[in-house]
Amino acid sequence: MTTIDSIDNGVNVQALLDARETLKGAPEAARFTWRSTTRWENGVHTTSTVKDYFGLGAEHSHKTESSFTADHPEVFAAEDHGITPIEYLLVGLGSCLTAGVASVAQNRGIQLRSVEATLEGAHDIRGILGADSDVRNGYDGIKVTFSIDADASREDIEALVAQSQKRSAVFDALTNPTDVTVEVA
Amino acid sequence: MSSLENRITTVVVGGGHAGLAASHFLSERGIDHVVLERGEVANSWRRERWDSLRLLTPNWQSRLPGHAYDGPDPDGYMTMGEVVGFIDGFAARTRAPVRTGTTVTSLRRTDDGYHVTTDQGELACRAVVLASGACNLPAVPATLSEAVPAGVEQVTPFTYRGPDQLPDGGVLVVGASATGVQLAAELRRSGRPVTLSTGEHVRLPRTYRGRDVLWWMDASGVWDTRYDEVPDLTRARRLASPQLAGTPGRTTLDLNALTADGVELVGRATAVRDGQLLFSGGLRNVVSLADLKMERLLGTFDAWAQETGVDSDVKPPERFEPTRVPGSPRLRLDLRGGEVRTVVWATGFRPDYSWLDVPVVDGKGRLVHDGGVVDSPGLYALGLPVLRRRKSTFIHGAEDDARDVVDHLAGYLATRR
Repeated sequence: MTTIDSIDNGVNVQALLDARETLKGAPEAARFTWRSTTRWENGVHTTSTVKDYFGLGAEHSHKTESSFTADHPEVFAAEDHGITPIEYLLVGLGSCLTAGVASVAQNRGIQLRSVEATLEGAHDIRGILGADSDVRNGYDGIKVTFSIDADASREDIEALVAQSQKRSAVFDALTNPTDVTVEVA
Repeated sequence: MSSLENRITTVVVGGGHAGLAASHFLSERGIDHVVLERGEVANSWRRERWDSLRLLTPNWQSRLPGHAYDGPDPDGYMTMGEVVGFIDGFAARTRAPVRTGTTVTSLRRTDDGYHVTTDQGELACRAVVLASGACNLPAVPATLSEAVPAGVEQVTPFTYRGPDQLPDGGVLVVGASATGVQLAAELRRSGRPVTLSTGEHVRLPRTYRGRDVLWWMDASGVWDTRYDEVPDLTRARRLASPQLAGTPGRTTLDLNALTADGVELVGRATAVRDGQLLFSGGLRNVVSLADLKMERLLGTFDAWAQETGVDSDVKPPERFEPTRVPGSPRLRLDLRGGEVRTVVWATGFRPDYSWLDVPVVDGKGRLVHDGGVVDSPGLYALGLPVLRRRKSTFIHGAEDDARDVVDHLAGYLATRR
């Protein structure tokens, strides 16, 4: 019999549960601001950096600055220095859901051996090209397929995946409307 | 006012099944009390329910202290008229001291108890039992409701009586718990196109292995789980009522049944933008959570049946088809286009504590209490979700809770005499 203490997916669930209790009484501390800066290189090629964020009432920095190159493929008549911005949405969703699976598994005492999420976003580019005003610009659907090897029944694994969506920031941001303000400084 | 003031030991606010159960135990202990009822006994059941509603619980389960259903159809479900008759019968049998037509307008603390102001006069007492109900007001998401164009009619379970009252044409039902699925089914049967906006919900079959699913909840002990044994009490207290209906045919009313009837499923309603109502793209997730939770619950029933030997008395285990979701559920609906003429807000209920001038309600409008013992000496509550047990809000859940709460109240009176 595996106990919760003996399994280790590398997630400090106790710290998260403690934070949940603490922040219940401190809603202001729970407010985070995430930031990124995007610089135009040339053509449709950009470089984005992420370093600082605000949370728990103070400014913080990641240990290192991360840099992300975005471009468009040659079939879009671009130079393909990096992935397209809409692919970054898949990166965000896949990493968020997978992190959620690991956290929920840790909390439920399920040892994971491997987790792989494959994401596919269906996209009709007539929208962004302005070729058909009835076609939206973004994805018309995203499919995520998880392959999970773990000490658990199929039912328990499905429950992990379901719970991970329920508590996912990126899943929420993609499935529900978000108010977006874009200004010129 | 003090010259007119009546003194009494205990005031019970609300003459429904919970308040009357409290009255029964107070009488049993010889504690003088009065039950203040704004309308008539069982008022909400009389005036705040739609015409076709029946109880979710089977007749045999409807019981109050010393009072049980004794009609010819134990497996049936009471109409609202029958519920009123049942509760009236209990009030008469227990000779409950009910003052009808008496609305409490304020309750505040005094040095030695509470001061109760009503539209019929004032009362001073040492202890109060709040039994005014958990479902006094519809919980309608204001930002959505305010953004619905004027030409679209909006109703809540408090204003809805039946399909005839609504304009012809499409209906959007927001919310897929017991109320939402029942109204969606009824409106679809009236010939209207119905769209059902579905957030998190609790799926249950009406019968399982040949028995009412609520028989399983009762017999296996799930309903008797105490509030201090429930792992996530906050969540359990917020849980919506299961997708069940009390119908003569004892049929299951889950999302698959509604889809088969031609109801269109969409995700949770999230925002109105430029007259378009936007739905969450997370429909598959909420449906899958509900399917998995149902499977898990049925699994615990099976395990219990095996352990206790009940297995041989019931039919073999069943498993139900996963909930079908449309290939591409709609993400938006144009409220100005005429497709939808009525929005039904089946988005839940909340209690009304606007008259409660004691600081025991939290920022979210919820009463702060520990198993019905409110954080103010001599103040108690009954009839709220998972108050002391999972069955607390059901009619048959009132007895055990009322006994416990009145026990505590009697102890309080004894030590403070």
